[in-house]
Amino acid sequence: MKKVFSRPKSLKKTPFHYCPGCGHSILHRIIGEVIDEMNLQERIIGIPPAGCAVLAYLYFDIDMGEASHGRGAALATGMKRALPDRIVFTYQGDGDIAAIGTAETIHAAARGENFSTIFVNNGVYGMTGGQMAPTTILGQTTTTSPGGRKQKRDGFPVNLSEMLAVAKGSAYIERTAVNSPANILKTKKAIAKAFRIQAEGYGFSLIEVLSPCPTNWKMEPIEACKWIDDVMAVHYPLGVLKDVTGDKRDAH
Amino acid sequence: MRGNHALAEAAVRSGCRYYFGYPITPQNEVPEYMSERLSKLEDGVFIQAESEIASIHMVIGASMAGGRAMTSSSSPGISLKQEGISFLAALELPAVIVNMTRGSPGLGNIAPAQSDYFQATRGGGHGDYRTIVLGPNSCQELADLTYKAFDLADEYRTPVVILGDGMLGQMMEPVELPPEVQIKKLPHKDWTLTGAKGRPSRFIRSLLLDPFEEEEHNWKLMRKYERITKEEVSWETFFADDARLMVVAFGIAARIAKGAIKRMRDEGLKVGLIRPISLWPFPSKAIKELTKKVRHFFVFEMNMGQMLEDVKLALEGNGEVHFYGRPGGIILTPLEISRVISSYYYQKKLG
Repeated sequence: MKKVFSRPKSLKKTPFHYCPGCGHSILHRIIGEVIDEMNLQERIIGIPPAGCAVLAYLYFDIDMGEASHGRGAALATGMKRALPDRIVFTYQGDGDIAAIGTAETIHAAARGENFSTIFVNNGVYGMTGGQMAPTTILGQTTTTSPGGRKQKRDGFPVNLSEMLAVAKGSAYIERTAVNSPANILKTKKAIAKAFRIQAEGYGFSLIEVLSPCPTNWKMEPIEACKWIDDVMAVHYPLGVLKDVTGDKRDAH
Repeated sequence: MRGNHALAEAAVRSGCRYYFGYPITPQNEVPEYMSERLSKLEDGVFIQAESEIASIHMVIGASMAGGRAMTSSSSPGISLKQEGISFLAALELPAVIVNMTRGSPGLGNIAPAQSDYFQATRGGGHGDYRTIVLGPNSCQELADLTYKAFDLADEYRTPVVILGDGMLGQMMEPVELPPEVQIKKLPHKDWTLTGAKGRPSRFIRSLLLDPFEEEEHNWKLMRKYERITKEEVSWETFFADDARLMVVAFGIAARIAKGAIKRMRDEGLKVGLIRPISLWPFPSKAIKELTKKVRHFFVFEMNMGQMLEDVKLALEGNGEVHFYGRPGGIILTPLEISRVISSYYYQKKLG
């Protein structure tokens, strides 16, 4: 009998702790698949965030070094500069990267640091219980934006990827989602491309992934996936925001 | 050589290839020197970071990768680095952090001070940890202690702080530089993150959700600190043999006190000095030991009395302690401090 589906070998045999319908589990799996397919397990180092994915090192069977909240890009900078022939990636949530870690991220991109970032955008601080994030859209209710995010009280959300695309040192910025099989496949391709771009030395690459958080959105998983298409992606349009490689191999 | 240059060159000779910093007076000569020196080395990395916070986390990244990494700053910048220093301690990563202390709190000024003694010797950031703290008092010691700091950091897998001040960093003295180490010959590190090639994957973390696990981690750190306290205490004495009054001072204040003591000795006053070189671990036993012969202790610091507390703890109620301090970046001359000390000396009818 032919085996058509199994656990990627770069993932440990540990069940994920993530909530039902959460995007992290899917994302972990496709990153694992990319690491296997690109044969990177022995030369990749991951940097998990403070946030829901803080325990990523329990799931990935690769070298991983914990960063404090928001500092992933600085840590990755030091690490990649010390190990220029390895593949280094950070895995960060929206609060981590687009609030407390904004300076580190923008400057890493501006310097053209040659590592990749997986930026998981679910519009809330998930691990701390669903507070307003820098990416919470106007009108979205969270535990700290009662009655919905209001511009006058809470300000506008941050479109970090668009800002990073402006940075001269960024090589590849794409926004994807993990709310449908087609989008999951696109995300996987984008991650593979980011790692390839890094291996070829183009500079900073980032994949923003719109990801469902049914628990904190107070939605059913299917409803959450639909909400990404209907509402979230209107504010955060999917697609390639920047690609300096002119590489059509991965066009989709 | 200028103190900041001597320190930077000694760091490179000790195998430091990763320097991450952010400008702040009075330590700018360190990043300036490192930018030029490391750019000329094939494996050298210099980054002027966007902030103190970013630079200490770059240090963490390079240290995880196994490199000898350093950052330097001055008081307000060191406060910003405390997040990363707590992580370095928790993650058990070696690193060297230089503080060329200036007058504080707040922005303060750019004049030399010793007001970061508490911050340095008590850990400084959140959590139950210590850092090794070395207090040089000359350009030669800036070089020697920085050189040694990298070995200590690697040996104990812990951050080491060089607690200097604006005067040490800026002044110029002849320096005999230590030899260049061969990085390949440094002891192997079996915990680094380099990609899991030919070995099981590793992770380095400080998140320990189970309180029993976190407690055990704290005990582990504490056992390490006990080992350091046993092995790495250093101090020097000056005119201690027949002293009736011992001055206790560290860093540049001890240097000034030495000048004062020479002056007082010329006048026949039996005054000596004990200078803690390792500020943590503190030479408590050596100070306690002095009470067998001396009853009077005169603590002189360029702050409002911080090391004073360690001296009192060391004496455990034995002996009499007097304190004199000038905060804010005031530099006393040996003549001025000799007047203060000798007035106390006569007041106590010691001579």
